[in-house]
Amino acid sequence: MDIFIQQVVSGLATGGIYASLALALVMIYQATDVVNFAQGEMAMFSTYLCWSMLQADLPYWVAFFATVIIAFIGGLLIERIVIRPVENAPILTIVIVTLGLLVIFNSVAGWIYSYIQKPFPSPFPSKPIRIGNIVFGTHDLGAIGITLVVLMLLFAFFRFTTLGLAMRAAAQNPVSSRLCGIRVSWMLALGWGLAAAFGAIAGMMVAPVVFLDPNMMGGIQLYAFAAATVGGFSSPQGAVIGGLLVGVTENLVGTYVSFIGTELKLTVALAMIIIVLLVKPTGLFGRTVVRRV
Amino acid sequence: MPALLEARGLEAQYGWTKVLHGLSFAVEAGGITTILGANGAGKTTTLRAVCQMVKTSGEVHFDGQRIDGKATEDIVRLGIAHTPEGRGTFVDLSVEENLKLGAYARRERSSLADDYDRVYQYFPVLAQRRRQQAGTLSGGEQQMLAVARALMSRPRLLLLDEPSLGLAPLIVREIFRIVQTINQHERVSVLLVEQNAAMALDLAHHAYLLETGRVVMSGPAAELKKDDAIRRSYLGY
Repeated sequence: MDIFIQQVVSGLATGGIYASLALALVMIYQATDVVNFAQGEMAMFSTYLCWSMLQADLPYWVAFFATVIIAFIGGLLIERIVIRPVENAPILTIVIVTLGLLVIFNSVAGWIYSYIQKPFPSPFPSKPIRIGNIVFGTHDLGAIGITLVVLMLLFAFFRFTTLGLAMRAAAQNPVSSRLCGIRVSWMLALGWGLAAAFGAIAGMMVAPVVFLDPNMMGGIQLYAFAAATVGGFSSPQGAVIGGLLVGVTENLVGTYVSFIGTELKLTVALAMIIIVLLVKPTGLFGRTVVRRV
Repeated sequence: MPALLEARGLEAQYGWTKVLHGLSFAVEAGGITTILGANGAGKTTTLRAVCQMVKTSGEVHFDGQRIDGKATEDIVRLGIAHTPEGRGTFVDLSVEENLKLGAYARRERSSLADDYDRVYQYFPVLAQRRRQQAGTLSGGEQQMLAVARALMSRPRLLLLDEPSLGLAPLIVREIFRIVQTINQHERVSVLLVEQNAAMALDLAHHAYLLETGRVVMSGPAAELKKDDAIRRSYLGY
């Protein structure tokens, strides 16, 4: 029983990280109808920026928030410079552009920082918390906490601010939005900026666990896709719950199904994507919009 | 009366296909002007051309200022509200959120609460449904929402695209009555595009008749109504 609970707890911890990257994916998808394959690599690159600032002896939280801001501006600029020219192109064109971004970020990071793994600090104390026989990693708890805070901020932003409302409107009905005076293309850019900022947070939370290297997001991006698919690409809450589900499932299957073990864990994510797409293509929390005409 | 909106030699095209061939028309300040015509005459395109939602050439003046070549968002901010074909409802958002978006371009936000009250007075049914998802409203309610959303921007000119489309005659009459009230009480000028020529001519002060992208007749609405050709082709008696 203890092993079971322990596996669930650590599953939730990794799940929280998948959740925050999935959140970023869902945001861009909602704002622009594009799945950003470079999301993970943008997060990785942001994490390197944070690492550079830490090397320059900046306090952790200063570097953390500076990274978030830089990532936001970076995401905004990427939309303006790279995505905007192909805004009206077929969806596959945009997908290929984001794949190109993936390769570029990966290679540039390798070129600047080399492919050697680097340790990355956690802002949380390293001493684990014990309750009975169950061990909670402090970093894991902190990472989940940060993901939840981000989710709540995001929810409040979209739900209660006029700008958030305008962003939702721009995604749903660009023509009407323009007629309301909303600058739609800037709303899309803002969506990219926000997603990049949240991706950066995910990167900084995952780096202490997996160590920093240009390929660190490869597997996690896949899990985040699984999380977003499970939760439904149209639902930020779904992305978070999907992330936690994927994390826990992956851990439990790895522990209790002997032929899978740690070697085949990644296939669990792929299997989940396929099963969800077959059974409920909109995901567990994805909405099918009600319309009357 | 001076013209609030004036188009000179307005042309519009979709791809290579030209739809408007040098249209000239004016909307008087404080008046209701209607553009009549059959399907495909270019009525909707005319409204879209005013807001620069299609590729256009020719001049459009609003309140003495040239607006052709401006972005749609900026034209709207000058005080032109466009209720588009198909009503342009934000179907996933609530009724109230739809209205809030109508007021988005307004700089001055302090009187927002008054404006909700004002449009709910015109359309009490929207007040009952303010938390409801707009996509679940009936066609008539969505049309009311579209007009209400336009009013929230405190426009000086209201562009109405076929408000009668697909609605029961009773609802259409109700909406037309409200448009008239808005025009009289709030001094909002109206440019109305309609297939229902009889109702449009009753409401409007001035009318233009469009055929394949050209103005073929224009004049005071009362005169057009008496015209034999109009009566036969568009009023059906």
